[in-house]
Amino acid sequence: MKAFTYERASTAEAAARAAAENPGAKYIAGGTNLLDLMKLEIETPQHLIDVNGTGLDKIAATPEGGLRIGALVRNTDLAANETVRRDYGLLSRALVAGASGQLRNKATTAGNLLQRTRCPYFYDPNQPCNKRLAGSGCSAIGGVTRQLGVIGTSDACIATHPSDMAVAMRALDAEIETVKSDGATRSIPIADFHRLPGDAPHIETALEDGEFITAVVLPKPIGGKQIYRKVRDRASYAFALVSIAAVVQPDGRGRVAVGGVAPKPWRLEAADAELSNGARATSGILLEGARPTDDNRFKIDLVERTLGAVIAEARG
Amino acid sequence: MQFDTPATTNPIDRMKVVGKPIHRIDGQLKTTGRAKYAYEWHDADVAYAYGYGYPVGSAIAKGRITSMDTSAAKAAPGVLAVVTTLDVGDLKKGQFNTANLFGGTQIQHYHQAIAVVVAETFEEARSAASLIKVDYAEEKGVFDLETAAEKAVKPDESQQPDSAAGDFDAAFRAAPVTLDARYATPDQSHAMMEPHASIAAWNGDEVTLWTSSQMIDWWRGDFAQTLGIDKEKVHLMSPFIGGGFGGKLFLRVDAVLAAFGAKACGRPVKVALPRPFIANNTTHRPATLQRIRIGAQRDGKITAIGHESWSGNLPDGSLETAVMQTRLLYAGENRMTAMRLAALDLPEGNAMRAPGEAPGLMALEIAVDEMAEKLGIDPIAFRIINDTQVDPENPERPFSHRDLIGCLKLGAERFGWHARKAPAARREGNWMIGLGVAAAFRNNLVLPSGARVRLDGDGIVTVETDMTDIGTGSYTIIAQTAAEMMGVGIDRVAVQLGDSRFPVSAGSGGQFGANSSTSGVYAACIKLREAVARKLGFNSVDVIFEDGSVRSGNRTVPLAEAAGADGLVGEDTMTWGDLTETHQQSTFGGHFVEVGVDVATGETRIRRMLAVCAAGRILNPITARSQMIGAMTMGAGGALSEELAVDTRRGFFVNHDLAGYEVPVHADIPHQEVIFMDETDPYSSPMKAKGVGELGLCGVAAAIANAIYNATGVRVRDYPITLDKLIGGLPDVA
Ligand SMILES: Cc1cc2nc3c(=O)[nH]c(=O)nc-3n(C[C@H](O)[C@H](O)[C@H](O)COP(=O)(O)OP(=O)(O)OC[C@H]3O[C@@H](n4cnc5c(N)ncnc54)[C@H](O)[C@@H]3O)c2cc1C
Ligand code: SF4
Repeated sequence: MKAFTYERASTAEAAARAAAENPGAKYIAGGTNLLDLMKLEIETPQHLIDVNGTGLDKIAATPEGGLRIGALVRNTDLAANETVRRDYGLLSRALVAGASGQLRNKATTAGNLLQRTRCPYFYDPNQPCNKRLAGSGCSAIGGVTRQLGVIGTSDACIATHPSDMAVAMRALDAEIETVKSDGATRSIPIADFHRLPGDAPHIETALEDGEFITAVVLPKPIGGKQIYRKVRDRASYAFALVSIAAVVQPDGRGRVAVGGVAPKPWRLEAADAELSNGARATSGILLEGARPTDDNRFKIDLVERTLGAVIAEARG
Repeated sequence: MQFDTPATTNPIDRMKVVGKPIHRIDGQLKTTGRAKYAYEWHDADVAYAYGYGYPVGSAIAKGRITSMDTSAAKAAPGVLAVVTTLDVGDLKKGQFNTANLFGGTQIQHYHQAIAVVVAETFEEARSAASLIKVDYAEEKGVFDLETAAEKAVKPDESQQPDSAAGDFDAAFRAAPVTLDARYATPDQSHAMMEPHASIAAWNGDEVTLWTSSQMIDWWRGDFAQTLGIDKEKVHLMSPFIGGGFGGKLFLRVDAVLAAFGAKACGRPVKVALPRPFIANNTTHRPATLQRIRIGAQRDGKITAIGHESWSGNLPDGSLETAVMQTRLLYAGENRMTAMRLAALDLPEGNAMRAPGEAPGLMALEIAVDEMAEKLGIDPIAFRIINDTQVDPENPERPFSHRDLIGCLKLGAERFGWHARKAPAARREGNWMIGLGVAAAFRNNLVLPSGARVRLDGDGIVTVETDMTDIGTGSYTIIAQTAAEMMGVGIDRVAVQLGDSRFPVSAGSGGQFGANSSTSGVYAACIKLREAVARKLGFNSVDVIFEDGSVRSGNRTVPLAEAAGADGLVGEDTMTWGDLTETHQQSTFGGHFVEVGVDVATGETRIRRMLAVCAAGRILNPITARSQMIGAMTMGAGGALSEELAVDTRRGFFVNHDLAGYEVPVHADIPHQEVIFMDETDPYSSPMKAKGVGELGLCGVAAAIANAIYNATGVRVRDYPITLDKLIGGLPDVA
């Protein structure tokens, strides 16, 4: 870990301003991802801006009938929130499928969206990694890739985005609200928030330098059966090999987003349209053009099988 | 004392303290945080101005260091000293080490230690460590066992690579029912909670080392040898250990780096190995490739059994002895086993809990299940048909005591084995349910073990031995032994362990610790009893030690009074005659498992586990049960998730942290039941006990594998049994 300076910001705007004044600064929320990465010197901020005092820890109804989730709302609190459990069960289920109780107590909504990949080569500073050090090469390709991505990947990077929460938010069409250092605000649909790696896997989101997340907004509830199914080698405390976030309406139509397969929560409108035709048709479209490795080819089959079980449960 | 004839009645048979379910006597120290582990040792006599050492590991798997630039690290804030592998030059390797720990230019494996940075704080040391620049001349290495196995060689006879009896080839050819199958087990990591850690403090040419070691005397000797100093100059202490599983049997580099760092900066220095070092810097259980052939008559009698295994290691490394149990477990006139060693440039392979038997039974006990199915015989009945009461390679050698059949029968009854259905025949919703069984088998090893027992004027009995407690319960069973022998309550006994000033014990490993070390305490107590009797003028044959007093005829003297102000001491070492040669001493068990496999995803979740064990006298049913359920948990990991993933191009274990190397979590482990057969083995020791710490692991993974087969009808012979190996064979769900 490199030595760093530290300050506390009391508003979102102040945080964004502080970031502009300190090039190479990072926000710290729960710290559950950032500190681990700093210890390994994968992240080496010279300045930390602690945003836990910004007051963005509320969950409130929006005039449109949706829900605004403050960036600092803890994963535990979000999962336990009554409205979330009633109207957005998918989100609650995805959250409790992630990490552990202790981690969820610290982890925040914004931090969760911005957590970095779990590619094991990314975590070993001796190994080349385009995401960690742009242009250094990808040591995962041709190596141990069982956990890595099958679609949306590139020749520069085949890592996945590991979040469970983001997969549910993708299925729920969340929007991410931000403020920049000049005070300008904007709202980014989650579909556009995470970037595919292309030839620049170190750039992971649509956020600009120092842009600060203030909230995640959910549109008004869409009802339906909301199922989050996370598949993993052990029963808890493991990242998804594959996860399915599905909302299935009584008529069999709905939405599906997939985790564990791509650099971002993976959802295609064309695949949603197939949902009433069953798992095979849907996953066929979702994973069309997939480029699995020998190690992770099973994910293609696994997505279809898991989706099959999810659809059966929804119809149950 | 030499144990060379079977035990007859002795004071342990009173079983007033021994055999009782006594909670571990060090438990409160641990639950209140007062048990000091190596890295947190605070000695009032040592100034608390430690230097914090942080190690640097090699970034390549094989080659040579051409240069190192430490100038930036040395200039970094707080840095007290930097010591590199080039600075210290070639060091003499410890007797028990295969890979070089430190010193010189050669790199034998990834994360081999190449420097230590010592600073005022841990953070400063870690930060400065990343500033060291290293140039390497990289060499091509061999990292893939499958390829390397083609060039594997037969190691020297000291490793007993081959065995044979009868004519295996002919009998196998002639057998009406045969199995010829190949199995694979992966590299596994000890993944203990407490990483390797040491504090070294020099006083002139003497060094004190607080560390985390299973074997005090082995470490002391190898530590001295590596540093090039006299063994007598080393004082080593390891009173509490946060798990070892074999990973702390042999000297590790944290101790060496702490010593060099302390010398360089003139302060005591502490070093803990970062988590990734556990996989790539220390030892691991080597992967195996195995081939098993079994031939049997239609009535189930085995006529031919053959087991071959290939494993890899660094030059001069040892075999993973995966065929050993096959030499002893089942009858059959015609037999062969063979082990071959491949040259690999991965980190050193070495002992991990139940070395040999654990991976060997992972394969053999699937093979037995497969064979039973081919024969149309229940797998328990098949094992019973092929039970043997003698060493099948040397039939003149009987087992000292063997109750495998008892374990299997009792287990079947308790577990409800009769409910087992044909493969893939039982469903509960999305769960395919299956039952599996496997035999557990592990030899009972014994090592010389010494102890010193003092009796003081307050009647307190104090045991001193360099035995270690790696979380197993050594403190407690040693206290029970001394209490039983001296006729006092356990509250009158104090136990001091893990200090090189104490008599050399067996140490902890190979499940020899409990039986050997308590036997050493037994021997020392016999000496102390004689001293008491002598002082009181009693004839030592008819004295009785009971209720805190010693009695002879109608004279009774309280122990405190007998000891007097000066106290009395007994010291002895238990050594072993040839009973292990004349009699095969082993421990036995049956593992029973019920699993559910998700029909869509192939996820396996264990629903029930039962182990029934025949392992001689159980010294303490609570600590023994803890050993069993811990081992069963480890077996669940071995069956379902644990695998050090090898990058065969770059030559290292990729998943070198606890996020990537998945050991079971609470949610993976269901209720575990353990039953111990009520038995004693007078051939094993005066304690009539044997080990259980490794037995608990032996066969577990195969029982799970067999249960998965029973649930799904998919036979996987390649561990761990992850869902990707199953889903291709599961029913369509879409
Ligand atoms: C052992 C372990 C297991 C885990 N398992 C899972 C799992 O199964 N599923 C899962 O989904 N996750 C899992 N996680 C990841 C966990 O969910 C994330 O670490 C957590 O959500 C991050 O939130 P945080 O608030 O701690 O973020 P931090 O670590 O504080 O920050 C993460 C990143 O977000 C940035 N950031 C934080 N807040 C803002 C803001 N308001 N605006 C702009 N940038 C911001 C930070 O600068 C940093 O770059 C696991 C983590 C661990 C350590
Ligand atoms: S897959 Fe991506 S994260 Fe992993 S090593 Fe390659 S570039 Fe780095």
